[in-house]
Amino acid sequence: MSRSPGRKQENHKISRELFVLTYGALVAQLCKDYEKDEDVNACLDRMGYSIGIRLIDDFLARSAVKKCRSYSETADMIAQVAFKMYLGITPSVSCSSATGNEFSLILDKNPLVEFVEELPAERASLCYCNLLCGVIRGALEMVHLAAEVTFLQDRLKGDAVTEIGITFLRKPEDRKHRRN
Amino acid sequence: MADEALFLLLHSEMVAGLYRAAEQGEGENGRCTTKLESMGFRVGQGLIERFTKDTARFKDELDIMKFICKDFWTTVFKKQIDNLRTNHQGIYVLQDNKFRLLTQMSVGKQYLEHAPKYLAFTCGLIRGGLSNLGIKSIVTAEVSSMPACK
Repeated sequence: MSRSPGRKQENHKISRELFVLTYGALVAQLCKDYEKDEDVNACLDRMGYSIGIRLIDDFLARSAVKKCRSYSETADMIAQVAFKMYLGITPSVSCSSATGNEFSLILDKNPLVEFVEELPAERASLCYCNLLCGVIRGALEMVHLAAEVTFLQDRLKGDAVTEIGITFLRKPEDRKHRRN
Repeated sequence: MADEALFLLLHSEMVAGLYRAAEQGEGENGRCTTKLESMGFRVGQGLIERFTKDTARFKDELDIMKFICKDFWTTVFKKQIDNLRTNHQGIYVLQDNKFRLLTQMSVGKQYLEHAPKYLAFTCGLIRGGLSNLGIKSIVTAEVSSMPACK
């Protein structure tokens, strides 16, 4: 190969850094526009949702995975395939409820906060990676799985690891009967 | 690679989100473009630092522009600039016939009035990169027919 493999990896790393830097600039701009942390968090979640409903198409096209038959398979798919494909990390999955519809993804390395040292004092309740929650929620909804996704622990706020909790809600078809 | 899809989606979401907020609030369109451009500026500054860590010092302005057209553009948009023109007096025109951020929108003249919103971030990106390489500049964009832009 005429191009050295080192250079290709570097370029790959840089295009990921482009995404991380852009995300950082976006959060900074949102912090300037909104005073309250909840507003910024809500805005990030909304944007993540819109991204998620489109990202799922891209994901299914690239990975060509078969239909998941259970919630735990879905959670594994998100952690091992989707996160690996888009962010290059593989969080570990653990099931945290007896009913089998609550899972948590534990990220020991979060590429989105690569350039962030700590949250500023006046933004203590900012969920910096709230976009991720929105993305997962949007993507799951497009495959007809309603879920609530939140951050349970956040390294930026002083916890040991970053943990994302996914709670699968009842299927939308059940709720339709109640409405009528 | 898959990162590209993520960045494209994030970018279009950013543009849409900022303009949506402006419609509901008090800001006018001009401010949104400025915000996008300044975001691009910050990202461009950081990115060019990471990028040129190991490359040799640039000989002159033209060398820097060629670097932007080839390496920088390839890393960010996965292709090179198609055409670089200059009047050797400080004005450079970079032409990209298939601009990555516009290919998904339309081919031709439909939605032309929305195109500048999507170019603001990239203009800021270039301005930030140049500023960290020591060049003060003004970057503007022109779209006559999607997805080509100058």
